[in-house]
Amino acid sequence: PKQDSLMDDDPEDLFAGATEEVSLDSPERDVLLSDGPSPAITPITPPTSVIAPRIGHAHDDMFTHSSFDEIEEEEGGDSFDVHISVSDPEKVGDGMNAYMAYKVSTKTSLSVFKQRDFSVKRRFSDFLGLHSKLASKYLHIGYIVPPAPEKSIVGMTKVKVGKEDQSSNEFVEKRRSALERYLMRTVKHPILLKDPDVLQFLENSELPRAVNTQALSSAGILRMVNKAADAVNKMTIKMNESDAWFEEKQQHFENLDVQLRKLHASVESLVCHRKELSVNTAQFAKSAAMLGNSEDHTALSRALSQLAEVEEKIDQLHQDQANADFYLFSELLGDYVRLITAGGSGDLELYFYFIFFRIRGVFDHRIKTWQKWQDSQVLLLKKREAEAKLQFTNKPDKLQQAKDEIKELEGKVQQGERDFEQISKIIRKEVGRFEKERVKDFKTIIVKYLESLVQTQQQLIKYWEAFLPEAKAIS
Amino acid sequence: MFLIISLRERTRSGSASATKRDQHHVIFFLIIISRDLVTLSTSCHQPFAAMMQEGLDDGPDFLSEEDRGPRAMNVDLEMDATLQVDISDALSERDKVKFTVHTKSTLPNFKQNEFSVVRQHEEFIWLHDSFIENEDYAGYIIPPAPPRPDFDASREKLQKLGEGEGSMTKEEFTKMKQELEAEYLAIFKKTVAMHEVFLCRVAAHPVLRKDLNFHVFLEYNQDLSVRGKNKKEKLEDFFKNVVKSADGVLVAGVKDVDDFFEHEKTFLLEYHNRVKDASAKCDRMIRSHKNAADDMNRIASSLYTLGTQDSMDLCKFFLKVSELFDKTRKVEARVAADEDLKLADLLKYYLRESQAAKDLLYRRSRALVDYENANKGLDKARAKNRDVLQAETSQQLCCHKFEKISESAKQELIDFKTRRVAAFRKNLVELAELELKHAKGNLQLLQSCVGVLNSNT
Repeated sequence: PKQDSLMDDDPEDLFAGATEEVSLDSPERDVLLSDGPSPAITPITPPTSVIAPRIGHAHDDMFTHSSFDEIEEEEGGDSFDVHISVSDPEKVGDGMNAYMAYKVSTKTSLSVFKQRDFSVKRRFSDFLGLHSKLASKYLHIGYIVPPAPEKSIVGMTKVKVGKEDQSSNEFVEKRRSALERYLMRTVKHPILLKDPDVLQFLENSELPRAVNTQALSSAGILRMVNKAADAVNKMTIKMNESDAWFEEKQQHFENLDVQLRKLHASVESLVCHRKELSVNTAQFAKSAAMLGNSEDHTALSRALSQLAEVEEKIDQLHQDQANADFYLFSELLGDYVRLITAGGSGDLELYFYFIFFRIRGVFDHRIKTWQKWQDSQVLLLKKREAEAKLQFTNKPDKLQQAKDEIKELEGKVQQGERDFEQISKIIRKEVGRFEKERVKDFKTIIVKYLESLVQTQQQLIKYWEAFLPEAKAIS
Repeated sequence: MFLIISLRERTRSGSASATKRDQHHVIFFLIIISRDLVTLSTSCHQPFAAMMQEGLDDGPDFLSEEDRGPRAMNVDLEMDATLQVDISDALSERDKVKFTVHTKSTLPNFKQNEFSVVRQHEEFIWLHDSFIENEDYAGYIIPPAPPRPDFDASREKLQKLGEGEGSMTKEEFTKMKQELEAEYLAIFKKTVAMHEVFLCRVAAHPVLRKDLNFHVFLEYNQDLSVRGKNKKEKLEDFFKNVVKSADGVLVAGVKDVDDFFEHEKTFLLEYHNRVKDASAKCDRMIRSHKNAADDMNRIASSLYTLGTQDSMDLCKFFLKVSELFDKTRKVEARVAADEDLKLADLLKYYLRESQAAKDLLYRRSRALVDYENANKGLDKARAKNRDVLQAETSQQLCCHKFEKISESAKQELIDFKTRRVAAFRKNLVELAELELKHAKGNLQLLQSCVGVLNSNT
């Protein structure tokens, strides 16, 4: 008879349960790890330990327990030197089959890349495909995989249909910027940087088109986790400091989520009002020009025309500032809201669910296997007694079976403990890295944003200084 | 001395067991402004330092220009010692504003040299209307009546704030309250200024200053018992206006022999329309500006909350940026307020004045038409040799009236241009100076903050 694997279900089944067809009606649609239904996923066949992700290529050895520390050392040694830009959006094809192709250029001196300066053409679904692969490989073992930019049916349709207007240009620019930020975040992650799918994405001139309709949904993973937890008896877990740490972190991120959303909403409102201000200033400028035309006092007429010109320049200033408001401040917040958020692509929360169930599951399972072992020992005892009786009947198989069972159980418990420690370690590290990254991001970008505000004020001063003598010249 | 007394008043909502929702917390302000004696000449102005609220305290000089603004709109008025009028005090109560009109005069017809009375908006309107209705003043640009004090929007906001008190943090509530108070104050100051300008224009006008009603207005220290127009009268007014505008179209079609007036007519028609448009667009622009400043306020609050909650590395950072946003949005709010004062109010005022000038032209055209009709009547009478004397008198009267109006109108329109140019000059210069000042202030705030943040990381 087959022994229990680590989880109650067959590992194959486990992950089969996690993938699912996505339909517009499925409630999980909102919590898809990647928002698109299309990309193909190589279904995961995990090895006996669920921890080690399937890499497929020569990098397998990186992820055994011993090599994990190697990566840490590598991180410290290698200075981060990758710069990715997404540019030159180009419409390919016509009508509803059209798509935007973006140039993805990489400049780097890292040895993991084949070249130092190269570029490829990618489309949006390629990005989604990359994200799906990374999510399915790394999410469940504790890595914070950056979420892919969001799909937008309306936005894309406009572009496909060929509307060459302001709003579709803005949409393409927003997307381009988001894709760039996505890739930069991904390569900043020391593990993801070396992932073969990432490398392939950046380097290969041709990429197999992501067509499969299956997607690894976070709801699916959740169900899998719940299944595992349900299958095990509930029991009390002794609170050690690592549980407390996780709980505290979860609370921290929940609070952060709320605050960032609020801030994000205010910044979005600012962007909106600044755009409005720009439009209204432009209109006022025209009106002032007309007024200047009809004014019959020459000097005043000229001054009014000058005022109109100043206001026109200022309206452009407001427009530029609104863009900075958006692309720097607002998008930064949006990205982090998506990274942290409890709903939507709730990757991080998922980790914590996973951890808790995992911890509990492992403990539960550990206790259970201990129980089983106890039972087996009792069984063994019984069997020994029976054996003693059986000795005369000579059945060595059953005895051996009991001994084998016990040995396997002991092995499994040890493995579970190791797994548990490993995943805790990874998560702690990830959270630490994430927070460091976040601090850096916020500081850098917000300072950049403030510098844009400085520039605006400097321009304003220039314009009004030019106008003042004109106003004084009215006599 | 400047006091803001805030009263919380619960409107009676009927049953004693009314739920909290039914009770409205309405916050009223009694704003008592007392100023020292100020004349329209810009030299001896007391800065309104006392008018500052706590929140705006960090930039005392931000406010010092403020009070010079709208009141000095017509800088060219020559104030002489014989008659000086100003509004020295104002009180805002539920529905009305009570203005203390203060007069200093050496004219013999006043009992004293210096005196004050309390007047309400309706009494100003009464005075204005009495000018309009006076045939003798047909040849003058009647100074436009001040607009009705309108605190409805502000009051609504205060009410909403009171209702929503439970749903926001203490800081947010205090901030919003301060904002609304500032807004209320700004509207209040504006209405005071507009009423004052009206009186000063009248006092500066060589003929209107002698008007009896005006003197009564200034001196009579009882209530003038001027009631607002009732429905019937308002309807009458409405029809009068309809007739007038229809008439105006007819009259406008008549080409004037006099080049000066023909030019003025064309000019005023176009100018008035364009000022109207500019005024509307200016208001919209300023409203957007205020909205942006409000957003910054919310951003500052959010950043502050983040700053108190987030990880150690980011706490200080967020708190500093929050502080910056707080200060910078105050500057932005002042920019919007100053633009409102110097630009929007200027345009609004000249919208009203250009209308008054148009009215003058209309009256003159009417007189011209009457004159021409009288001429025709005279010719007819002479032809028929009947009622000739009557027709002659009538014709002479019309001629005299027309010529009188034309003469004074010409001077009035020339003065109007002078005043307009001077007012625009003053306000545009002040606008540019204030914009520069605020931009420089803002720049300094931003640069110092960026400097601190960069040195800390």
